[in-house]
Amino acid sequence: MSARVHIHMTINGEPRELLCDPRQTLLDVLRNELRMTGTKEGCSNGNCGACSVILDGSLVNSCLVFGVEADGRSVETIEGVERPEGLDPVQRAFLEHAALQCGVCTPGFIMAARALLQRNPHPTEQEIRHWCAGNLCRCTGYDKIVRAVSDAARRMETAK
Amino acid sequence: MPALAYAAPRTLDEALSLLRTHRDGARILAGGTDLVVQVREHRRAPGLVIDGKQIPELMALDYAPARGLTLGAAVPCTRMYENEALVRAFPGLVDAARLIGGIQIQNRASFGGNLCNSSPAADSIPALIAHRAVCRIAGPEGLRELPVEQFCTGPGRNVLGPDELLVAFSIPAPPPRFGAHYLRFIPRNEMDIAVVGCGAAVELDASGERFAAARIALGAVAPTPLLVEEAARELAGRPVGEDAIGRAAAAAQAACRPITDMRGTAEYRRHLAGVLTRRALREAARRAREARS
Amino acid sequence: MSSATHKVLGTRPIRHDGVDKVTGRAVYAADVDLPGLLHGKILRSPHAHARIRSIDTSRAERLDGVRAVVTGRDLPDPGDRTAFLGELGQVPLKYMSFNVLAGSKALYHGHAVAAVAATTPEIAEEALALIDVDYEVLPPVIDVVRAWKGEAALVHEDLYTDEMGSKSAAPSNVASHQRFEKGDIDAGFRAAEVVLEREYRCATVHQGYIEPHASTAQWNADGQLTIWTSTQGAFPARTSVHQILDVPISRVKVIPTEIGGGFGGKIPVYCEPVAALLARKARRPVKVVMNRADVFTGTGPTSGSWVKLRMGATRDGRITAAEATLVYEAGGFPGSIVACGGICIFAPYDIPNTRIDMYDVVVNKPKTAAYRAPGAPNAEFATETLVDELSEQLKIDPLEMRLRNAAREGTLQSHGVPHPKIGYAETVEAALRSEHYRSELSGPNRGRGVASGYWLNVGLTSSAVARVNADGTVSLVEGSTDIGGTRTSVAMQLAEVLEIAAEDVLPTVGDTESVGFTEVTGGSRVTFATGWAAYEAGQALRRQLAEQAAKLWKVPAETVEYSGAVVSARGDASKRMTLRELAAALNKKGIEVAARVTVTPKGVGGAFATHIADVEVDPETGKVTVLRYTAVQDAGRAIHPSYVEGQMQGGVAQGIGWALNEEYVYDDDGRMLNASFLDYRMPTSLDLPMIETIIVEVPNPGHPFGVRGVGEVPIVPPPAALSNALYRAVGVRLRELPMSPPKVTAAIQSH
Repeated sequence: MSARVHIHMTINGEPRELLCDPRQTLLDVLRNELRMTGTKEGCSNGNCGACSVILDGSLVNSCLVFGVEADGRSVETIEGVERPEGLDPVQRAFLEHAALQCGVCTPGFIMAARALLQRNPHPTEQEIRHWCAGNLCRCTGYDKIVRAVSDAARRMETAK
Repeated sequence: MPALAYAAPRTLDEALSLLRTHRDGARILAGGTDLVVQVREHRRAPGLVIDGKQIPELMALDYAPARGLTLGAAVPCTRMYENEALVRAFPGLVDAARLIGGIQIQNRASFGGNLCNSSPAADSIPALIAHRAVCRIAGPEGLRELPVEQFCTGPGRNVLGPDELLVAFSIPAPPPRFGAHYLRFIPRNEMDIAVVGCGAAVELDASGERFAAARIALGAVAPTPLLVEEAARELAGRPVGEDAIGRAAAAAQAACRPITDMRGTAEYRRHLAGVLTRRALREAARRAREARS
Repeated sequence: MSSATHKVLGTRPIRHDGVDKVTGRAVYAADVDLPGLLHGKILRSPHAHARIRSIDTSRAERLDGVRAVVTGRDLPDPGDRTAFLGELGQVPLKYMSFNVLAGSKALYHGHAVAAVAATTPEIAEEALALIDVDYEVLPPVIDVVRAWKGEAALVHEDLYTDEMGSKSAAPSNVASHQRFEKGDIDAGFRAAEVVLEREYRCATVHQGYIEPHASTAQWNADGQLTIWTSTQGAFPARTSVHQILDVPISRVKVIPTEIGGGFGGKIPVYCEPVAALLARKARRPVKVVMNRADVFTGTGPTSGSWVKLRMGATRDGRITAAEATLVYEAGGFPGSIVACGGICIFAPYDIPNTRIDMYDVVVNKPKTAAYRAPGAPNAEFATETLVDELSEQLKIDPLEMRLRNAAREGTLQSHGVPHPKIGYAETVEAALRSEHYRSELSGPNRGRGVASGYWLNVGLTSSAVARVNADGTVSLVEGSTDIGGTRTSVAMQLAEVLEIAAEDVLPTVGDTESVGFTEVTGGSRVTFATGWAAYEAGQALRRQLAEQAAKLWKVPAETVEYSGAVVSARGDASKRMTLRELAAALNKKGIEVAARVTVTPKGVGGAFATHIADVEVDPETGKVTVLRYTAVQDAGRAIHPSYVEGQMQGGVAQGIGWALNEEYVYDDDGRMLNASFLDYRMPTSLDLPMIETIIVEVPNPGHPFGVRGVGEVPIVPPPAALSNALYRAVGVRLRELPMSPPKVTAAIQSH
């Protein structure tokens, strides 16, 4: 059995510390150690994006990051997206555009969309599709997801 | 289950020392997009994972026309294509950086990791070969250099000794009238392993009307990525155009030794090798023409 | 209630469970946690076909941290008992039991043979490697046509063909042969001036839901079993567990968690009985979560198939005869949905003479499960491409051809049942009028194809419980698990009846103790049947509210009306209360207004669709790009248009994946090679265009609001629409799915 490693990380702005088996991925750590089950496991080999989180400002598949690598780093998950005053514009847009059906891919998409809009506040349809190609959805056919992300971008621009 | 330990050395020497102590039981971790999966699926069972991302030499990204490009082995693809100087000077490398997986993968995956994983279908390798990239390898004897096309020895196998690690790539600055392009064929538009990949680089002569030199490399058509010198020879001296490009493509097809697997039959791969070589060369030539103007 | 006056139906409220889903708070099956929870993992056969001589679990049992190990021996002997399996009716229980944990044979690569519960998932995984299974490997049977023709080993030595009611003399891989026949097929072909005959193949494909199966089981000391699980039906899952484990049904409670996709694949049970067996042995709760490879190899893809189709028509475009042979994979145990293929194959057409032979054939692949309009895409791929060929030969526009032969109300279907009121012709007309169809498509290697489709939809039983709360909102417990937003479309029907806002109904999905019996979420039945239960519940609440108001006012019940969310006594303007006021008043008196409803509605309306696809083909690589796509569908009455559109778009996306890239790839030993999302290629956002939707409404007279199920038919037309488009783009007709790039290239090269 591997010796567990003591790690510290900042999750959604809050400092957390825990013991982590080096064999565990960041996804395992979030879901099983920290009981933050908003981030989902779809495939465990980086092909579906359901486990997407933002690690030190970069969108990554948490199933492809060892938990120990997150020591000293900051992680943003779906649980941290909501604001004190309510839903974030991406979340709101997903609801209004019916951009989810079963909802299991939704946390991953919301993280991906937020990461996109941080870099590119006016993405075109193709840019959205290209950015989100690492997130699989089996329910929606992506149409309403693209609309929701475009709309969220517009709202965030107007809010400025 | 064998125990797994993790270390994040801050210097190259520290990393080499760890490798010496653990030899076959250690693996270098760059982006993890291959290694994490392999460990989880028990296809690799290292006792120690050595994270290279804290070692400055492995994370270096430096370009100057005088010095060429130093690309650290663990530099994620995203850093490559967010670097304006690199995008301007090496669009043919950036092509590959933009194709590996999706955004989540590109934020972690590196050309060094891609090379060390040594898949015959790796996207970065034909592009590196086309650009005359050289590997800088550190070991107990010091640093050694090796052209990328000599690195892989078979599917999943390469020349690295158990106490060696890949530090960085050196890529010469593009000469005048140079153009390069990497493309691959996949059944979808993203997220697939290349059925065939082609990296092509050309240099035009002073008039810009003829090929002076070229390098063409193919992926997924042989046990290792293939530098096809015969294809380059078909171009040298010939006018830029479909005739020369067609000859190069035919030579590329002849040089293939593809297999049939679930991603493609040998016949289909051989066919694609020709198609992609033509397309890669056309774009490389177009870029070379733009470069001179 | 006419659609002109609907206040809630047809609007687009935010779904009630939406906030939980966009914040990550919604609890899916793998998110469940209990004190003392153990983790279960399943050992699967590496062989496609093998006799299991023995299983030695002793080394696994000795591993530190392992608390229980089970095999097929831990299942009660199913004997010759039968079990009820929804749309498939009564099936031998052994087909269900031994699919969950193998009996004497492993019947497919991935077949579950043993399971372990341990204190951590890693230990459970390690223990699997310590289970010694002695296999006698047998020749695998992978090709359904060879199995059908008797050119392969026997998958079951004791399986005889049910040959249209009588039993075959010798065992066979053909489990059953059924026939639908109508009219005089020979006369029909004699009357035809053009006759075409073609063969079609479909590869095995998977539903591809993003959430793997997961179940948690816990026993109480008094023998009560509780299961939390990702399922399309808590009640059918309860029934299955009761039958497989031989536990009294009253002792089994199934709590459906939120479900991350199903499409038919989460109707059968897989993890539930295994988790229960492990939990009973370990005396601790056990959670079993599948990984993606398990999902591909160990659950239920849908049938691959071979279809032969022959159709004849007169020169003016009237189809006079159609004959089909459907040979469908059942997987390792009998029970494909080939009959649904037979019902749907000619449903859009008024063809007087038809004959359909349907064969259910076992092969060494996972036992098939339903996948969105099960059986229909395979069959209608054939019809919709052959009709396209006929229309081309006869020089008739393909949509025009469909109109000339369109089935209408009263048209007799292949299985002898006349169509009720349907909206097929309306979908074709809407497609003809659409901006897409009238637009020009120009450019090399581009083509436009059309195709129609039908899915029968089902009714079955649904329940709901509705209760008026003190503040005038109404809690609604629905019996249907919600895989796409139906809790809202059902709630909207209740809101419509009560004339309140959709937001004032608070829907939840019930478990097997909190609501009445409800059949699967499948068959496009929830908005129809559970909606009907909600409708009836609403009617009951209206009556009770009026009665209670009458009691409060001490007037005869007949004088009190409920209208516009207000109760009032006729002729007395002073006696008037809003629903809110009445609810508060009743609450003060401790009077509950509630309704418990179970319905089995009969007036099911089938669903028709007509699609238009524009493609561009790269002739050198065979890559097909879908440039533009329009889906026209008759929804009867679109309760929540956004979610109707969503069902259409989702079905189209799956149909496109089925058409272009998805397939199970096998090696010569019958092992699946591509059991991951890397090589089982579902469309990404970059592979699809925007998907235009045109909702046609021909109300179903069999439902109070005119609802027709919408979820399934949209997967049916895309393969044929794309094949037809491909033909017009590059002049080749592909009759094998998927139409992957190597196949397209080969077809172009040999053209």
